Amino acid sequence: MTAPIQHSTLQPTERAYPIGAPVLELDSISLRFGGVHALTNISFNVLEHEIRAIIGPNGAGKSSMLNVINGIYVPQEGTIKFRGNVLNGMTPTKAAAMGISRTFQNIALFKGMTVLDNIMAGRTLHSHATFLEVAFQAPRARREETESREIAEEIIEFLEIEHIRKTPVARLPYGLQKRVELGRALAARPSVLLLDEPMAGMNIEEKQDMCRSILDVNDHYGTTVVLIEHDMGVVMDISDRVVVLDYGKKIVDGTPDEVRSNQNVIDAYLGVAH
Amino acid sequence: MFYRETGQFRTSYAQDSQILPLRQDRIGMAFLLLAAIMIPFVANAYWLSAIMIPWLILSLVALGQNILMGYAGQLSLGSAGFMAVGAFSCYNFILRIDGIPFIVAVILSGVCAALVGIVFGLPSLRIRGLYLAVATLASQFFIVWSLDKFGWFKNYDPSGVITAQKIVIMGYTLDTPAQKYWVVLGIVAVLALLAKNMARGSVGRGWMAVRDMDVAAEVTGLSLLRTKLQAFAISSFYCGVGGALFAFAYLQTVEPSAFTIDLSFRILFMVIIGGLGTIIGSFLGAGFILLVPIFMNIFFHGLFGHAVDASIISASEQVLFGVMIISFMIFEPLGLARLWQLTKERLRLWPFKH
Repeated sequence: MTAPIQHSTLQPTERAYPIGAPVLELDSISLRFGGVHALTNISFNVLEHEIRAIIGPNGAGKSSMLNVINGIYVPQEGTIKFRGNVLNGMTPTKAAAMGISRTFQNIALFKGMTVLDNIMAGRTLHSHATFLEVAFQAPRARREETESREIAEEIIEFLEIEHIRKTPVARLPYGLQKRVELGRALAARPSVLLLDEPMAGMNIEEKQDMCRSILDVNDHYGTTVVLIEHDMGVVMDISDRVVVLDYGKKIVDGTPDEVRSNQNVIDAYLGVAH
Repeated sequence: MFYRETGQFRTSYAQDSQILPLRQDRIGMAFLLLAAIMIPFVANAYWLSAIMIPWLILSLVALGQNILMGYAGQLSLGSAGFMAVGAFSCYNFILRIDGIPFIVAVILSGVCAALVGIVFGLPSLRIRGLYLAVATLASQFFIVWSLDKFGWFKNYDPSGVITAQKIVIMGYTLDTPAQKYWVVLGIVAVLALLAKNMARGSVGRGWMAVRDMDVAAEVTGLSLLRTKLQAFAISSFYCGVGGALFAFAYLQTVEPSAFTIDLSFRILFMVIIGGLGTIIGSFLGAGFILLVPIFMNIFFHGLFGHAVDASIISASEQVLFGVMIISFMIFEPLGLARLWQLTKERLRLWPFKH
């Protein structure tokens, strides 16, 4: 079922964080909305430190898959295991607490806030000071604020967005907003990062920047990345393994090369004569 | 030329995130506070008790409303109801607990209002926007009705208008307008500072995250339930303290009919005109809604007082005030606070363009 691992971009010895044991194991997931079968009997796993892509034509169920992983949707059937533990009654908040961060297909930034505030808002789970401590500027509140700021600044530097740090995000162009959203997801220091079409609507330079950022995150922090993407070139270049969905069903699971040459995938994307 | 950051370097994140990073702002704020403290030495009793005291108190309530509406994005129309809770709690605390310090009674009144606010904030978990406003309208009517209906709250006073007790602090009875003004100023200044601290810290980011994109807020690990109810509680605390001061330092009576839907709407307008999601906007908005009609009244009566019928004058004042609000909202929908911010940005360059 699970495909062997092959690195399309890096040799195994070059990786700072070698691919390890499964982090996420999805077993026979089915999700229905009334009569619509969004996902049918899907199983795959995600290994520690790998970049895992989910691809498929429009309406294949890719975003639903991500929403199931981080608890926005609860599947009718199937189980999800996170580091060997079966997850029941997942909510986005619980997923965040376990170290799963994500970005959204349509940018879901906090529009009225600056870039810095958006990224610092990603530190929610690491702020333990109560509102009274914050109001009275108690030592713990101050310390956490400075800590969050340091981490936010580190991410800002990492993503090369220093110049816009105090700009309200609503004023930024699309590509930068996408990058800020990635920054917010990173601020929580996640172990698993879910990216929903991080490169949709970008031009080639923006795509290259984003690719580099994703590879850097994976390489620098060892973050496991699960991403949905339409751009085949991008997917084939950066991911370790690829799952292909079509009409809510898994059709192929394997390395980029295997996927590329698979007849089912070609049929799903190009259509097939009936 | 005078208002710019040249030569002021911040070398740590703590310095960069302090409350007033600019030296000019710190000096300005010190002057403002000093002036506010000195006002009783130059102003007469009318100015203090009819203008300054209600302005400060309504600013505090507007601040509470702004926390809920401007920062946390929860539209609410119950602020006068929470003020009533504060006023009546304060009355009952002083009545029933012998020797309770006034400040403690005021804080406890705020806590009572916060608890009521949490209850009426529960619908916000299911409904949003205008529908939530309608749901919170219930609090307005329910609270005022129950204060009227159940005699215990009024200590079975048959008249319905209770005289508020005297403000006694550390054994001194404060009954001159100047003394009351200082009490109000102190409470408002401290609470405004606390609000600013919350707004610029992790608490405020949580509120704004819920306001701007609740799904994403949840994904960062924020509990919507806790954040929304916290905003309701803190907002109602401010309204409750404001209500207690409104009754004790301004009206000097405690009566349900002082806290009508009218007042809720005025507070709503203060927040919108002042600027949603700003602390200073609450003060500016309260000043605008409260003071402009008063000044217009004085001005027009001075101008046409003898020539034109008084009722025509007051009617035209209302028309003019309405026109002012509408045109202001067209030209500056982000409120007075935005104007202030733009002025500051211009001042950085003035008088040299580059």
